[in-house]
Formats: sequence, structure tokens, C-alpha cells
Amino acid sequence: MSVRELELEREPLRRSRELARADGQQALMSLEGVSLYYERRRGMMAPAEQVGAVVDVDLDIYPGEIIALVGESGCGKTSLGSVLTGLAKPTSGRVLFQGADIAGLKGERYQDFRGGVQMVQQDSYAALNPIRTIYQSLSAPILQRKIVKGRKAARARVIELLETVGLTPPDRFLDKYPHQLSGGQRQRILMARAISLNPKVIVADEPVSMIDVSLRISILNLMAELNRKLDIAIVYITHDLATARYIAERGRMAVMYLGRVMELGGVDDVLSQPRHPYLQALLSAVPTPDPDIAKAMLELPLRSLEMPNAARPPAGCRFHPRCPHAIDLCSQEEPQLRPVGASEAACHLAEQTLAGWQERMAAIRASRDS
Amino acid sequence: MDNLVEIKGLTIEFPMRAGTLKAVNQADFSIPRGQITALVGESGSGKSTLASAVMRAVTSPGRIAAGTIRFDGEDILALSRKQLQAYKWERASMVFQAAQNALNPVVRIKDQIIETYRAHRSGASEKQIVDKARDLMDYVRLEPDRVLQAFPHELSGGMKQRVMIAFSLLLDPQLVILDEPTTALDVITQAYIFDILVKIHKEMDITMLLLTHDIGVVAKAADRVGVMYAGNIVEAGSVYDMFKRPKHPYTAKLMKAVPSLYDDLSERKAIPGSPPDLLRMPPGCPFAPRCEHAFDACRKASPSRVVWPGGHEASCHLHPDSQTVSIAEVRTS
Repeated sequence: MSVRELELEREPLRRSRELARADGQQALMSLEGVSLYYERRRGMMAPAEQVGAVVDVDLDIYPGEIIALVGESGCGKTSLGSVLTGLAKPTSGRVLFQGADIAGLKGERYQDFRGGVQMVQQDSYAALNPIRTIYQSLSAPILQRKIVKGRKAARARVIELLETVGLTPPDRFLDKYPHQLSGGQRQRILMARAISLNPKVIVADEPVSMIDVSLRISILNLMAELNRKLDIAIVYITHDLATARYIAERGRMAVMYLGRVMELGGVDDVLSQPRHPYLQALLSAVPTPDPDIAKAMLELPLRSLEMPNAARPPAGCRFHPRCPHAIDLCSQEEPQLRPVGASEAACHLAEQTLAGWQERMAAIRASRDS
Repeated sequence: MDNLVEIKGLTIEFPMRAGTLKAVNQADFSIPRGQITALVGESGSGKSTLASAVMRAVTSPGRIAAGTIRFDGEDILALSRKQLQAYKWERASMVFQAAQNALNPVVRIKDQIIETYRAHRSGASEKQIVDKARDLMDYVRLEPDRVLQAFPHELSGGMKQRVMIAFSLLLDPQLVILDEPTTALDVITQAYIFDILVKIHKEMDITMLLLTHDIGVVAKAADRVGVMYAGNIVEAGSVYDMFKRPKHPYTAKLMKAVPSLYDDLSERKAIPGSPPDLLRMPPGCPFAPRCEHAFDACRKASPSRVVWPGGHEASCHLHPDSQTVSIAEVRTS
């Protein structure tokens, strides 16, 4: 498929397809009971601790969808991204790509996986070789993989790629070095590199957090555009709930805490009806650019600020020591993801906490409108 | 209105090989006493440089080329070395960006506090200082016993940031400047720190200047807001005026450029283009090349400042005199 055929329109984007799961599609990638533990030693003589970065995660990624993985630093979202891209081997569980376990892939099928799952990093400066021109950085992978043959075809393809990611006129960028471009432009180069191998999935880890606020939306729009036009599924990893909502408006969202998925569902549903008290705390903490709402949200529904040690997660629900609603059951039994309305949440009290949240929001809205 | 700090015509230049860069260009800005004022701008807009001038901490080769800064009526650009020592930290203090790294890694927190205190008030007894430090640690919700004895690496990022806030309050200043105080921290820690800052502001009656690029944070904490673009203060006013009735197209666009959790997503738009190169500033209004309302005058002459009742002010050719129309009204008409 040629990129030029796709002729990008500049109309405002209305993003990803409807919830993929609803059409009964087969998953493109599946995580089955995936855990990733790191070993950590504190001091030379201390015994090794097992730190659970990802704990028993089941997650399907459907063709062409946008799914946002959100959580605070240390929640395991980046580790989960490393597992998806094959950069980290899970300690237990399986990762399936188009139905096959990636641990057993060999030869051409392994190459299909490596080309089919691409990554876009947070620090665009560190992700590009500083002594190579943009042309060199973008032509190397497509020549190596024999997607194009010969320098002339490679040049034409690189020009196409630059046009696709909105770097026009492309000639101006071919012979530039990474330090001669702005952060937003470099991030577009990373997008061009990621799509150059015609991937099925792009895992983007905090792609806009180092870009100026006034330009962030244009990068998010570009990703949504690539998703729609090239039918590439996007896993958007971020701590920023608002940008996740923006890019994955009709996609899905998975909220992680201490290695586990706590809530999973359609973005709109999850954000307007947060079932898990942790997500409610996160939502209360996000500063909203509206003085009325922002000033009403000063108090956080949390019992403690400190994040527990991931090497010794609390018994029962990992969130219970910080949870304002916790009951005895929460310290005894770890809740599993279960359907609550249209989404899933791992909370014993999801129904009650959701009702409490809705009352609180109604009160804020009423006081703003009066 | 009673202003603690009044800045008039402030220009800060950095001579470079390629020419002279004006990081701050003829800025007029005031910080009202007893309020939280936020200065918003993208990276490179000059907000940190402007704040460092208030602290008399502009670093070489930067220099204050023109203008005055009055603190409580006194011209601080004229202070002698000795007077400066009594000004810095005792009347105005600053929590720098990435303040977590501002602590000495090999000295216990307690000893760093004692050293700082004695640099200003040499006669103070250790007990006096430690008692004061304990109160402040309590105030920022840290356990005094543990934290005072700790080395910086034993504390988390959020804890170190709170130690720095306690530090800034050590000598009872009237003004605390906070430069991106929560940028490297998680949202929950960030919300908690703003909780503490707002409480300190209210209970200790401290005037604050908050530098940030995050307009959500501004909405939450600030009473008054200034917007900087390419070294210029383009608009200033109360937080409600700025969010609901912005006068400068840059402010209006900036508010629309940030995705939020509640608004209609279709209204969110990036600002086309990118900020100008400070060494090659366009003639006229610095925002004109990116502005959809720009007309001939914008590309020729710098707009002058227009002030509306309530202290709302903007520098934009759309407002040739004090007509009280907002950008939103201009667009819909």
C-alpha cells in the first residue's frame, strides 16, 4: 500500500473506530496472564527482592484501535509497553501476535512481528542518531528490510513518509540533523520511522510530554490520522488523562496501578463513570483548565499520598491502604477485573464508589451553574 | 490595587555571537500583595528570566538593559551588595525548577537548614532554628524527625519538593517565587503540593508568583494571571477574566490548545506554527505570524498596552483603545 494513495485530508479528525470488541473481531495482540518481575537488591548483602512491574495482566489489542494505558510513574505502563514490543520477556504468561506466541517465533514470522510492532519514544532527541541526517535515519530500516530497492526508490519513499507526517516541503528536512529540528518536528520524524515498515501496531510511550503545550495537539492529531488512514492500532502510554481522552476518544483505556489493570473500558465511559477509587483520585488530581471546576476540586479522595513499595504490595487489594472506602474484605481478598456496567473494574465496591462520584460531580456542577 | 512588586519596562538581554537576544522585552507586570499570581508561557517565553530578575539573580551573560523593579516601593535594582543579602531569602525567596536537585546530596537536611539560616542571622541558636524547621516540616506535612535527619537521596521527589518549599519559608519572606514547582511530579503528588501551597498562602499571608506552562495548574491555584510570549507580556488579568474573557488571541488559543477532561474535544486546536526565534524577531507583534486575526498594522508596529477596568490588560492591535470586546465576541461577529 503506498502512502501517497492515502492523500491526507486536513479536516478535523474524529478519530478511532468504535469499540473494536463489539464487532467480534479477532485480537491482533493478546496478553494472557502476563507478569514481569524485576530483581532488585538493596545493598550488597541484602537478599534479592522481586518487584512486580506488571502483574497478571490480560489485555487484547484489536486491529486499528486506539488504546490508552494510563497511570502514574511506577505503575508498570512502560514495562507493559516493553513486553508488547518484545523488548522485555515476560516472567510468566504469553504474548500472542496474530495468534502466535512471540516467544516461539522464528525466521520470517519473527521478522513480521518485529516489523509489525513499532515504537515511538518520549525523548525524540535521544531516539535519533545525532550524527545521521534525517534521510539516513529514515532510509536505513526500509533498505535493510528490502521494502524498497535502490537509493532512488528509498529517497522517494522517505519523501513520501515526510509528507505523510506533515513535514513539508520534504526536501527541507532530508539533509538536516536531529539537532536542527524542533521537538515537534523530531517527534514527527519518529512517527515517520515507525510507519515506514508498515506496522500493525505502534506503541507510543509519552510521545508528547516533552513538546510545548501549544503543539501537543497537532502531534496527537497526527497519530489519530495515521491510525485512521493507515489502519495502524495505537497503544498510547501516558500519565496524562486529558491527552489520553483526546486521542482515544472512541477507543479504550486501561488504568494501571502497581502493575495491575484496575479499570478497563471505553474512554468516555471510564472517564465519565470512574468505578475504581484510584481512578477517581487521579481524576480529582488532574488540574482542569476551568477555574470554577479546578478550584472546587482541591481535596483529594485519598487516605495516603505515599505509593506502597512494589516489592511488597499490600495484601488484598493493592490500593486499599490509600482508599477512603476500604472495608475489611479489601485487605483480605484481591479483587479481579469484573464487568461493572459497560466497563470492567477491579474493585469490590465499584458500584457504591461510582454512585458516590456521580453525586460529587453533580454537586460541583450545580455550584458552578448557580 | 496594592502591589508588592511592580515591574516597569523591564528588558533583559543576552549578547550572543549571532546577535543580542531579548529574553524579556519591555515588560510591565505587577504582583498584587496577598495574592497568587501566575505567569504562563511556553518554554523559552522568558518567564524564568523575568522571575530571576525579581530575585536579582540574572546570570551572566544576561543583563538587565532597561526598566525598574520595585519591591514594596523600593527599587531593588539599586540595592547594594549588603542590602541584597538582606533582600534575598528574607523578603523574597524562590523555589527553582527541578528544586529536587537543589539540595546538597552529602549533607543532612537539618544541617542545610541551619547553614542557610545562619548565613542570614548568625546569632541564632541551633535549638531556635531546629524548632522553626520542625514547624515548617509539619506545615508541608512531612514528619520532622525523619526528614530533618535524612539525606536527600532518602526522600522521594515529592518529599524533596516539599522540603524546598519549607526552605523557601525559612526566613519569613513576603514573596515566594515558584518556578514550575510540580513539573517532574505525578499528578497526585502535584495536587497535594498545590493543596499545601494554597494553604500556606492563605494562612501565612504570603504573596506568590507561580511560573508554569500548565494552564490547568493556573486555573486551580492562581488569582491573577500574566501570559508571556516570546519575551513579551501579552496579557494580564484576573484568572476569571483570562479564562472567560481573554483579550489577546494568544491567550484565547492557549486555553483552547490544552485537552481537558470535561470540554468538548472538537474545540481543541493546536496553535499553528511555532514560537519565533528570539534572535530573529518579526517586526510588529511577536504573535502576528501565527495569529488568524492579524492585519497590516500587526506586522508593522508593536501593539501598545490597553487597560480595562479591573486590571485586565492586553497588548494587541485588535484593541486600539479601551473597547471592551473579547476575542470570543470578535470571532462570532
